[in-house]
Amino acid sequence: MSAFAESLSTAVALVRDADPQLTRIVVLSLVVSGTACLIGAVFGLAGGAWLAVTRMPGRRVLIAALNTLLGLPSVVVGLVVYLLLSRSGPLGSWGILFTPKAMIIAQSILVLPVIAALSRQLVADSLREGGDQLGSMGAGPLTRALLMLVHERWSVVTVLLTAFGRAVSEVGAVMIVGGNIDGLTRVITTTIALETSKGDLPLALALGLVLLAVVGVINAAVALSPGARRQVASGAR
Amino acid sequence: MNDAAAPLLGLAGASVRYGSVVALKGVDVEIRRGEFVALVGSNGAGKTTLLHALHGLLPTEGDRRVAGATQAMVFQRPFMLRLSALNNVRIALWLAGVPRGERAARARAALRLAGLADRAERPARTLSGGQQQRLALARAWAVRPDVLFLDEPTSNLDPAAKTEIEAMLAAFAADGMTLVMSTHNLGQAKRLATRVILVDAGEIRADLPSARFFAEHADLALRRRAAALAESEELP
Repeated sequence: MSAFAESLSTAVALVRDADPQLTRIVVLSLVVSGTACLIGAVFGLAGGAWLAVTRMPGRRVLIAALNTLLGLPSVVVGLVVYLLLSRSGPLGSWGILFTPKAMIIAQSILVLPVIAALSRQLVADSLREGGDQLGSMGAGPLTRALLMLVHERWSVVTVLLTAFGRAVSEVGAVMIVGGNIDGLTRVITTTIALETSKGDLPLALALGLVLLAVVGVINAAVALSPGARRQVASGAR
Repeated sequence: MNDAAAPLLGLAGASVRYGSVVALKGVDVEIRRGEFVALVGSNGAGKTTLLHALHGLLPTEGDRRVAGATQAMVFQRPFMLRLSALNNVRIALWLAGVPRGERAARARAALRLAGLADRAERPARTLSGGQQQRLALARAWAVRPDVLFLDEPTSNLDPAAKTEIEAMLAAFAADGMTLVMSTHNLGQAKRLATRVILVDAGEIRADLPSARFFAEHADLALRRRAAALAESEELP
C-alpha cells in the first residue's frame, strides 16, 4: 500500500472511531483558531473600515505596512508573543505562556492584518460605487464604511474563512507559545509536526487530511447556509 | 412658514474645480419653496456639477446658503445596499434620524407610493432598473425632504419606466415638494418643470419660468431634436 493510501485509510479510521485524543486535538484547534478569528474580526473589521475612510496623514504608509504584515511569518509572531509573555517579559505576570490563551493571542495577531487589509479593500471598492450616495443620505464616513461591511457581508465571510484557514493551518506560533503539551496545548498542526519528527509519516499525513476535512466542513456549512443560498439565487448582485 | 417665494437654498459666486478644469464658474442661483427646477444643458455643460454643488456634495468656492431645508438626492444610477427593498428604505430613515418606532410604517408607505409594496422583501438589487429608480425615489420621499435633487433620474430607463418615474415626480411636485432635476431631456423639462435653468460651459445662460423658456428657446429644442434625430439615423 502506498504511503498516501495508507494515510487516507488511517485518516478514515481516526474519524470513524472518533479517537478521543484526536477529538480533543481537533476541538482545541477549532476553539483556539475560532476565538482568534473572532478577536481578529472585531478589531480587524473595525480597523479596516476606519482605514478605508480616514484621511489622516500617513494613511498610505499605514496601508502599506498593513499589506506588508500579510506576509508576517507565524514563527516571528510566536517569538514576539513568547518574549512578551515569558516570565521575564513585560506581560510575564499574566502567567499564560504555554496555555491556549497564549495561542489565541498569537493567532489573533496573525489574522488581524489579513482581516484588516482585505476588509479595507472591500470597503474602499464599495465606497467608490456608493459612498457619495450614502453620504447624501446623511451617513458620516465611518457609518458609510460600516454599512459597506454589511453590504459586502458575504465577501466578509470569505475574508473570515481565509483568516480562519491561516490560523488553523499555522504551526510556528502555536508551537512556540503553546509548547505542544499533550492534553493541554496540542493542536492538529503541532501534532503533525511531532509525528513527522517521530517518523510516522502516514499518521502525520492522515492528520493533515483530517485538518483539511475540518476546514472543508466549515466552508460547506457556510456555503449551504440559507443566507449564502439566497445570495447565489439572487445572482450575487 | 410656507412662503412660496422664500428661498430654500442658493449659491452665490459658486465655482467648482476639478484639478485645472473649472466645471462651474461663479454661479448665482436661488431655489424657492415649491419650485420644480430643471437644469438643462448638453453633456459636460456642468448641470450635474451644479446639482451636486447645490446639494453640498462638492467642495465649492463662494457661498452656499441653506435656510434649514432638509435635502435628499436621487442619483442617475441609484446605489442599493444588498438588503431587501424595505430595509434599504429603513436604512435611509435611520440615517435621517427618524425614530425607530416610525421607520417600518414610513418605509412601507413609501414602497406603496412607488408601487413596490409587493416587492418589499425582495433583494433591492434584483429589481429591474425602473423599479430600482422608483425605490430610490421612495427612499428619498420617505425622509420627507424639503428639497429633492434628481440627477438625470430617467436617463437609463425604457419609455414605460420613464413615464412611471415622471408620474411620481409630478405627484411629489403637486404635493408641494421642491424639486431640482438635471436632465438633457427638454421634453421632460417642459412636461414637469416650473422653471428652467440652461447651463452651458459651467455658466448659467438662461434662468426662466418654464413657459417663457420654451417660448424663447424653441430653437434650442428644435436643434436638440434635430441632433437626436441625426444621431438615431446614424445607427445601423
